[in-house]
Amino acid sequence: MSARLPVLLPSAERLARTALDERREGWRLRLSAQQGGALCAAFVAGCAIAQAQTPAGYPSIVETIWKWTPLLARGFVFNLAISFMAMGIGTVAGLFLGFAQISLLKPVRKSARFATHFFRNAPWLVLLFYCMFLIPFETTLFGVRIPIPDWTKATLGLALPVMANVSEILRGAVQSIPTTQWEAAASLAFTRRQSMWMIIFPQCVKRMLPPWMNLYAILTMATVLASIVGVNEMMTLTQRALSAENRPGLLLSFYSYVLLWFFVYCYPIARWTVRLEARYAVNQ
Amino acid sequence: MNNANKAGTAPRTRKARDPNDTRPIVEVRDVHQAFGVLEVLKGVSFSVPKGGVVCIIGPSGSGKSTMLRCINGLVPIQSGSIRVADFDVHRLHSDKEKIALRKEVSMVFQQYNLFPHKTALENVMMAPVHVLREHRDEVRERALALLTKVGLAQKRDSYPGELSGGQQQRVAIARSLAMRPEVMLFDEVTAALDPETVKEVLNTIRELAKEGMTCILVTHEMRFARELADEVLFTDGGKIVEAAPPAQLFDHPQMERTKAFLSQVL
Repeated sequence: MSARLPVLLPSAERLARTALDERREGWRLRLSAQQGGALCAAFVAGCAIAQAQTPAGYPSIVETIWKWTPLLARGFVFNLAISFMAMGIGTVAGLFLGFAQISLLKPVRKSARFATHFFRNAPWLVLLFYCMFLIPFETTLFGVRIPIPDWTKATLGLALPVMANVSEILRGAVQSIPTTQWEAAASLAFTRRQSMWMIIFPQCVKRMLPPWMNLYAILTMATVLASIVGVNEMMTLTQRALSAENRPGLLLSFYSYVLLWFFVYCYPIARWTVRLEARYAVNQ
Repeated sequence: MNNANKAGTAPRTRKARDPNDTRPIVEVRDVHQAFGVLEVLKGVSFSVPKGGVVCIIGPSGSGKSTMLRCINGLVPIQSGSIRVADFDVHRLHSDKEKIALRKEVSMVFQQYNLFPHKTALENVMMAPVHVLREHRDEVRERALALLTKVGLAQKRDSYPGELSGGQQQRVAIARSLAMRPEVMLFDEVTAALDPETVKEVLNTIRELAKEGMTCILVTHEMRFARELADEVLFTDGGKIVEAAPPAQLFDHPQMERTKAFLSQVL
């Protein structure tokens, strides 16, 4: 009971457990090297088609992509900046919300649970639009007018679902610690607060890390949603580049190129998550 | 606290009990306890004198473990009274009071329940440092002495996952002793161990009992109970069926139920 041994479970049992984990931690990103290969193939095919459609006298497709790459890269860095900030804000807020979810006070627990489920189940894009249109474009603080740029609002909009997911990850992790740990702590005269901070939470961190990283990879991919509300990130810049070039054949190659950027960034995170998960599943 | 107590297991001076206090250190009177509609304890009474060793035996589900949990306030009782040293356990409501009680009564569990993210030494040191707020260096010395006492000084930097069941259980005993309790509760501490390691844990407990620690053990080790106990309680169906010194209970049980049980296990 105490030590979970690495055993081969019957597949039904294993699938059921995976389903349960995913319900608790949100869907799992499963990036594989084959998908990367397929993406490369699509990119190459897209380039070939575009090249074939290129009228004489125009620069080659590779040259065109290379020309726009610095701009797109700047957009990608912006995506990453949004993802870092949304993750940071969402994690801090989510930890507060998660601890509120396991509070002994019923009203606190209930409202935290409601907020968690509300933001977890709402479509990300809707939350993004909410933040876009409910937060004013500038605010006045001590008589100073402070503008609130669109990307700040987008970051907050993306931080909301992150917060809700982190809250749920924390609750799941705390509940996955055997109650006997609480009992042992209580019998050694630890208070509830001490038990939480010194005994339960440190054990949770390890369990929270894989789903938290998974959430980050999902968030990074979701940052392109900000293009819909007009933030100058990679997707928006790709659209601008395409309209500047005004060559319909470029569509497939350019969007494959953007996908490749995201894949190259998220793939190592996804692999690392899987590895950590396997390691923690064995020596818990 | 006081530096004179470096030796390790000497009781804390702050709890020196009134020498004129001749009451038993643990007194349980007519305790009823229920989980919802399931009545687990149906009027249990017994007492343990200071330095006494009491073994509780009986079939599974007879309420043995619950009895121990009631004594250190992990489980609330519905009626009756429990007194440990100067604490009326049944009247402790605030967490503060329960915590004061648990400094006097320490418990060792069947599943060891060590903290897996801390080394053996840290497991032993944690409660005295954070709960008793004693000086880290002094606690460290005491913890090392205790680990030496249970024969695991060389394993002090190992994590629980790296120790065998018997070793983990001995660390758990050291961890409880580090609180310098007046009473130790052992809840089937050898039940989860493989036979070869049972002995090392029992030896540790034997040593403690011989040093005069008040012990209440729930156990299935009949030979051990017979050797060590001052009194053996046989429980069944939430009641104490028979209570007697081991020689009498094992050799001349009075009740039919006791006879039936002993004939099965001996």
